[in-house]
Amino acid sequence: MALPKSFTGYRRENGRVGIRNHVVILPLDDLSNAACEKIANNVKGTIALPHHYGRLQFGADLDLHFRTLIGTGCNPNVAAVVVVGIEMGWTSRIVDGIAKTGKPVEGFALERNGEHKVVMEGSRIAQEYVQNASEKQREECPIEDLWVSVKCGESDTTSGLGSNPTVGNFIDKMDPLGITSCFGETSEITGAEEVCKERGATPEVGQKFFDTWQAYMDEVIEPHKTSDLSDSQPTKGNIEGGLTTIEEKAFGNLEKIGKKTSYIDVLEPAEEPSKGAGLYFMDTSSAAAECVTLQAAAGFAVHLFPTGQGNVIGNPIEPVIKLTANPRTAREMGEHVDLDVSGILRREMNFDEAGDRLIDITMRTCNGRLTCAEALGHREFVMTKLYRSA
Amino acid sequence: MSAPHFVVHDKTDSVGVIVVETVEANTEMTGWVMETDETITITALDPIPIGHKVALSDIAEGDTILKYGHSIGKTVSPIGKGNHVHTHNLKTKKW
Repeated sequence: MALPKSFTGYRRENGRVGIRNHVVILPLDDLSNAACEKIANNVKGTIALPHHYGRLQFGADLDLHFRTLIGTGCNPNVAAVVVVGIEMGWTSRIVDGIAKTGKPVEGFALERNGEHKVVMEGSRIAQEYVQNASEKQREECPIEDLWVSVKCGESDTTSGLGSNPTVGNFIDKMDPLGITSCFGETSEITGAEEVCKERGATPEVGQKFFDTWQAYMDEVIEPHKTSDLSDSQPTKGNIEGGLTTIEEKAFGNLEKIGKKTSYIDVLEPAEEPSKGAGLYFMDTSSAAAECVTLQAAAGFAVHLFPTGQGNVIGNPIEPVIKLTANPRTAREMGEHVDLDVSGILRREMNFDEAGDRLIDITMRTCNGRLTCAEALGHREFVMTKLYRSA
Repeated sequence: MSAPHFVVHDKTDSVGVIVVETVEANTEMTGWVMETDETITITALDPIPIGHKVALSDIAEGDTILKYGHSIGKTVSPIGKGNHVHTHNLKTKKW
């Protein structure tokens, strides 16, 4: 199959290319969810992103909160943003961060205004944004403008045998074309950390990954664990699907980065890549929605999600393409599965063919085809919190 | 060849993964070793669900199990060739 040279996307003010054209109503904090949902209800074609946090956070945890919300607004799949917060100080920080992209953004505070007034004014501007966005046309963009994130979930042994190496085949074929890509899941590389370290483009990058992994073990796992993490890593679903240990899960997980692609840098959670085209590792949770939310906030436009037992995740702004090599999952949960590669296990399909099919469905998705998760309305938006608030 | 009952990643692996939906005890199984494209045969000693692992040889208690050519943990009881390998006889070496 000839590899794609271009796709049709929405070129934004800062040059980045999106594959969707969302107008987002973004709460600074938990208190502002209700106003955002009211605005999104008033103005068709907008989407509210309610979440649980934003109060009394501090230090690195607060930095991550801002990075995630600003990054979500900056994502090229987003055309314009209305921000609502309890007060104007932190609300303005989000607005100013998003405004750097040049896209339309406006902020409102509930204090001194009340919810009725904020909903009315926010609805007026949201209507203007969504009508203007509806005129934005797709244009042909070179494949180098494509940013792809990967993460697997509800994995089983068929993930390591079929769906994850299919994603790996995609990465090995598309990385040389100049795409920007990202994998994460710090905890889920446990057992394969030495092998992953060797996949760094330089010894320094490999060491940076290893130090990130070790810090997670020292600062989170060791102080907090009460057992061998059975039922958490691997999960109940993983175990039901035949995965026994974290090491087994980790080697299957790592199949997603292919056989020859090296990662060129290690990112903080929700950090935008800054070293140009190539594969990046991001320090993330292995929980599906948390990880994809962080990758979307770093600017990734489309997500590849292999599953074994049948994770149903979507994301409100980054389309999530799901593939499985488990024939039972493909049969029983077909409405969640964008690509069935179970033929690999029957020797009816090889990895080269499976990778080509994944490239095909990905390009169709980039050009506008809705994913299963989009059609089903899956919008899991989950902020990562590093520690308790003040 | 026809569809295999189980698949093995690397030729050094101690276990294969069942890829058909029903394997009963005493099923004569064919397996595909991906790395070398070889076909091997083994008799299942237990019923084994799809996605679960079968031992490719007799394995002593405390031995390391290899999959993907790497350690995925150690056994906590002896395992016979053809037995089901899972949480009841294999544990992580990590956390």
